[in-house]
Amino acid sequence: MIRTRSLTKDFTPSRGKTVHAVRGVTLDVEPGELVAVLGPNGAGKTTTMRMLTTLIPPTAGSAEVAGFDVVTASAQVRRHIGYVGQGNGAAHAQRVRDELNSQGAIYGLDRASSRRRTGELLEALDLGDLGGRKVSDLSGGQRRRLDVAIGLVHAPTLLFLDEPSTGLDPQNRANLWDHILRMRAEHDMTIVLTTHYLDEADAMAERVVVVDHGEVIADDDPESLKSTLAGDRVVATTASRDAAPTLARLVSALPGARDVEVDLSTGTAQVAARVKDGPSALPELVTAAVAEGVVVAGAQVHRPTLDDVFLSLTGRSLREEGATARTNTPNDDTKEQVAA
Amino acid sequence: MSTLTITHPAGGRAGVTGRRSLVRDTGIVMTRELRPMIRNPFSLLFGMIQPLVFLGLFGPLLSGSMGGGDGVWQWFVPSILGMTALFGTSTTGANLLFEFQTGAHERMLVTPLARPALLVGRALKEMVPLAGQAVVVVAVMLPFGFELHLRGALVGMALLAVFGVGLGALSYALAVAVRKADWMFWMVQQTFLFPLMILSGMLLPLETGPGWMRALAKGNPLAYVLDAERALFAGDLTSSTVAWGFVAAAATAVVGLTVGIRVMLRSAD
Repeated sequence: MIRTRSLTKDFTPSRGKTVHAVRGVTLDVEPGELVAVLGPNGAGKTTTMRMLTTLIPPTAGSAEVAGFDVVTASAQVRRHIGYVGQGNGAAHAQRVRDELNSQGAIYGLDRASSRRRTGELLEALDLGDLGGRKVSDLSGGQRRRLDVAIGLVHAPTLLFLDEPSTGLDPQNRANLWDHILRMRAEHDMTIVLTTHYLDEADAMAERVVVVDHGEVIADDDPESLKSTLAGDRVVATTASRDAAPTLARLVSALPGARDVEVDLSTGTAQVAARVKDGPSALPELVTAAVAEGVVVAGAQVHRPTLDDVFLSLTGRSLREEGATARTNTPNDDTKEQVAA
Repeated sequence: MSTLTITHPAGGRAGVTGRRSLVRDTGIVMTRELRPMIRNPFSLLFGMIQPLVFLGLFGPLLSGSMGGGDGVWQWFVPSILGMTALFGTSTTGANLLFEFQTGAHERMLVTPLARPALLVGRALKEMVPLAGQAVVVVAVMLPFGFELHLRGALVGMALLAVFGVGLGALSYALAVAVRKADWMFWMVQQTFLFPLMILSGMLLPLETGPGWMRALAKGNPLAYVLDAERALFAGDLTSSTVAWGFVAAAATAVVGLTVGIRVMLRSAD
């Protein structure tokens, strides 16, 4: 459905200055896949999508979308794809029903089919009563659902969604996703979306392509990414700081243990490490600690998130500022790196 | 919530097999642009009245300074229509600028619509209210001694449409050029609009003006278009003035569309 080879885009915002927005992305997407492109702001997600949707030409490399080259057969590409951009596809001055009907006309539907299709989509996306409303009078969530409806008017085989849920509250996000996933099941669509919501990519996508600085740095299903690139994290606490070295040794001995950290800042000793299989490592650790006379006061297993994946790939967190303290300061002086 | 039954758009799933036609696409864009106006009767009503206000307030002054007589209306009615076309099409870029910022224009660029249709449809949309305004202005002026030559008037409206497409496309290009600093749009538009208008002899005849103004007017396509409008509204369809008007309008359209389409292709950057 999509085939890119060394797709590249450079921008020259001013003379003598070049921004390498996308650096040689090679990607294949099969029909029926749901792919999330994940990365921080400025990673090149949107630029890649804009090249695939023929909005901007690549600087170098090639891309075929729905069987057509984005440069030499851009008109054909446009006939076959649906696109929901970052902004509002529906113009604010228009009425909801009018925008859907216009979109139908653009894709060659006659009046009757266009009207029928509009009715179906309004119903399916929970916009049933809003057909006569001006787009500017809709709520954010309603407007976003309308954007998706507009992208679906011609029942495309391939749908691009650029940050579909940005700016929506959690309830509206969940609601939008219900609709998207149902549409996908009913229409047998291939979906490519960009997002910087980690949980969203994790929960919805069957395949996550992680991009950073214009390059693909990982590409797999979320579970594999997490288990191979991040792994579970166990945290054990003991009341006695003297027992910390022993506890650290025991943690280091767990199967697949790495990134062992000892934290003495809270008056207790806390030892954390990545391990292969958290749920089975934990009882093993507690048993071993008892045998050595170390009292374990608390123990936890953290399943990895895609943020952990990104962190292990780049050394940076994807999360917004503030939530990055733990992960961004591994050399904090209250922590000691212990070789695994 | 109901289940969505897939209706297959013409030509089957995901796409259109029929050939795209520039005329059809222009019609789609124009219809879409007209809808908000049709849905808002007040804007329609005020749009119809506007030229009358200008006619009622400026006409008598002009009549006084030109020495009165029925000829004034024959001279001024084409001016009013030309002015309405000028204002309408030169501001199309402003609507577009808004759709640029919201994302609606980007969505249109991803559809299979023919690119020139996006320009032409928007400019031609201004011609629909203009036709209505022309009817109102003519109807109101008939009792004051305005003579209607229907064929000439219709050709005159077509001439304004050709010129309007060019100007609308240039307005579009301006909107694209200033999309990252939108306040520039009105500044640039006004800077060009008034010299264009005054140096066309639209509001006051240039014959009494200094030589340099008349010289500048020779390079103003709108001056030729307006001269042609006056000839056409006087019932003269065959004079060289009319021919030059069409040449000037066609040249504006060609330049406007060339610039506009070139700019549009880069507008998503």
